Amino acid sequence: MLANEHDQDKSKAVTNDEGRSGKASAEERVREIKRKKELAKKEAEGEGKQSARSAAEERVRKIKEQKEKEKEAASEGEGGNSARSTAEERVREIKRKKEAAKRASDGDSSEPERKAARSAAEERVREIKRRKEQAKQSGKEGEAEPEKAAGEDDAKARAEARVKELKRKKEEARKAKENGEKASADDAKSGAEARVREIKRKKAEAKKKAAEGGRDSGSEAKSAAQERVREIKRRKAEAKEAGGSGGEKSEKEKKIAAMKAKARAKAAKAKAEKEEEQEPSPNQPLLDKYVKVIGGHLGEEVLEESYINRLAKDVPTLVAKPGTYYKIAEFLRHNEQLAFDYLSDIHGVDYETHMEVYVHLYSLQNRQPVALKVKINRNEPEIESLVPLWKGADWPERESYDLLGIRFKGHPNLTRIMMPDDWVGHPLRKDYEPYDVEV
Amino acid sequence: MIRTEEMLLNVGPQHPSTHGVFRIVIKIDGETIVEAKPVVGYLHRGTEKLAEDLEYTQIIPYTDRMDYLSAMTNNYVICHAVETMMGLALPERAEYLRVIVMELGRIASHLVWFGTYLLDIGAMSPFLYAFREREVIINLLNEISGGRLTFNYMRIGGVKWDAPEGWIDKVREFIPYMREQLSGYHDLVSGNEIFTTRVKGVGTYTKEDALSYSLSGANLRCTGVKWDLRKDEPYSIYDRFDFDVPVQQKGDAWSRYRCRMGEIEESLKILEQAVEQFPEGDFAKRPRVIKPPKGETYVRIESPRGEIGCYIASEGKKEPYRLKFRRPSFYNLQILPQLLKGANMANLVAILGAIDIVLGEVDG
Repeated sequence: MLANEHDQDKSKAVTNDEGRSGKASAEERVREIKRKKELAKKEAEGEGKQSARSAAEERVRKIKEQKEKEKEAASEGEGGNSARSTAEERVREIKRKKEAAKRASDGDSSEPERKAARSAAEERVREIKRRKEQAKQSGKEGEAEPEKAAGEDDAKARAEARVKELKRKKEEARKAKENGEKASADDAKSGAEARVREIKRKKAEAKKKAAEGGRDSGSEAKSAAQERVREIKRRKAEAKEAGGSGGEKSEKEKKIAAMKAKARAKAAKAKAEKEEEQEPSPNQPLLDKYVKVIGGHLGEEVLEESYINRLAKDVPTLVAKPGTYYKIAEFLRHNEQLAFDYLSDIHGVDYETHMEVYVHLYSLQNRQPVALKVKINRNEPEIESLVPLWKGADWPERESYDLLGIRFKGHPNLTRIMMPDDWVGHPLRKDYEPYDVEV
Repeated sequence: MIRTEEMLLNVGPQHPSTHGVFRIVIKIDGETIVEAKPVVGYLHRGTEKLAEDLEYTQIIPYTDRMDYLSAMTNNYVICHAVETMMGLALPERAEYLRVIVMELGRIASHLVWFGTYLLDIGAMSPFLYAFREREVIINLLNEISGGRLTFNYMRIGGVKWDAPEGWIDKVREFIPYMREQLSGYHDLVSGNEIFTTRVKGVGTYTKEDALSYSLSGANLRCTGVKWDLRKDEPYSIYDRFDFDVPVQQKGDAWSRYRCRMGEIEESLKILEQAVEQFPEGDFAKRPRVIKPPKGETYVRIESPRGEIGCYIASEGKKEPYRLKFRRPSFYNLQILPQLLKGANMANLVAILGAIDIVLGEVDG
């Protein structure tokens, strides 16, 4: 800003030597233009009109003053004396201008765009301050306390409010998460979408502004870049055409395309096959047998679901209800027809909406497998222990308790087995957050 | 009447006979163990937790570190689980390569057990012989995979590299050499009266106990249960080979020894046939995108220590939603308190060693 003013003064000095009247008229014109621009800018912004007006008034006053000074200088006569006086005049002029600039927030500048932007920004800041002040005053009506103290109180109150708000939000988020409500996800999604929209809008604005700025060079660069892109595309296309006979690149592309086509065909075929073979499964009679035997002894209602798990070598899978889980397991173990005497694996899975216990059993007598599953409440995961049926369930159940927090009722020694005894949390849960004393 | 007082004795976690970091708190009354409480978890690295953030191929090296004495079977179980979910069919050569390296690994693993178990109960030289033969296998596996212990050799859809030239011939030469050495072991150890007297009748359990405790491998077969997943739930190409499942009836440490030594012989039989049938062709047919469909799977195979299983819950992504390994050592070790109760203090190491645990596998 200062540098600009100096430049201005230099040019002014030159004009002074050449002829005052010419200079005056030229300056007048320049100022006129500037003022107009300034006003146009202010109007366009539609903000802080009042202060803009005051700035304009300031400028007008200044012009008048200058004119008077010039008149005085002219009446004093020419020569060394007048030169000195004009120099002094200039110094004073600079000082005045600085002050004026301060007051009028860069009312007159040599680089209109930049200055205008800055002054506009300052204008806005002032505007905001003013509004705040107003708000404060209106909110403080009737209070006799000093302004500063009130401001502090206000700030404190606001901070507290913010903290409260944050807490509330956190709480909400936690609750939503725990309940596994889809709604919250939707909310978050819409929030994210709104944010995206906001960003897009901002970007568009920025673009618009840039365009308005009339930056020829920018648009030129853009068009040049577009040109380059077009060029590259054209070249690629040419290369493709030319390389049809034996270009390395095109060969590769062809290969990739062929592979992709193959993969697609294969996927389609696989899908078709899957749909075809949906009917027969070698283990389907087994599953029917299990369901029939269980239904015959324990009632039809004990199973939630039963299906063939095609992804796991067609293992017949029974899904028990939490209330009937132990009964079914006991039945599978002790029924002479089924006799699942071998527990292959037992573990839990955290599905976020629910907790699942997966048990893989095998009957050495019949050489048949079965998978037993049960879905339990995730917040209070509790289920009967299978240790009374298979002693081998002891450690795996402890592991599930340790890593997932599933409590097995009737377990002889349900303590942590992998993690240290004083560990906080269950690491394999999806909502696990490492607990650190120092954080 | 002599009044005795019980004493608490801590064994481990740093103790040579535990073969890793394993701790047992035992209560002894004189020379007799009244109660034993195993403490595990010192080597827990959270493989299952880590795997939830890893792509399937990236999980394979982690499985090497579970049962580090037979990393090939661990490699196989994760690949097999993913392949089962995706319905992939492997090239013949890949299947044969896998079977050959797995059986070599099984022999190496049993050799380590043989050497260290005898070392535990006081015989020094078998350890040196066992490690000499194991070194031959390790060199073979090193040649094909680039690793001596943690191979990271298998990939979803095949194996990482084809066998180098002449490698199959080296395996072929190894088979008669190993047979010869094995008969030497039998001369040196199996007929040794000091050894047989030391292990016969030690750590005995019944078939019912073994089944109830979910024991597997030689720990189960030593009680008369003829149960080998290679035979009973054939995976890979094991149904093409003619081999037996060694079974013993007594359920003691001696039976487990006999089972494992028999398994080395059977593995040699499989190797012999695999080398003869070894086909030409691709060593891998790896899918471009590894994304198993949404759902869950559980597969189990026969590792040197027993039944190793792998459960995957997939959401159709590159990473598993939940991964669980059924680790045989972890299940097999559960019976230890029952075996130690009432046993002589001097038999602690003989009983523990006969279970054949690898602590990396126990702790996951």
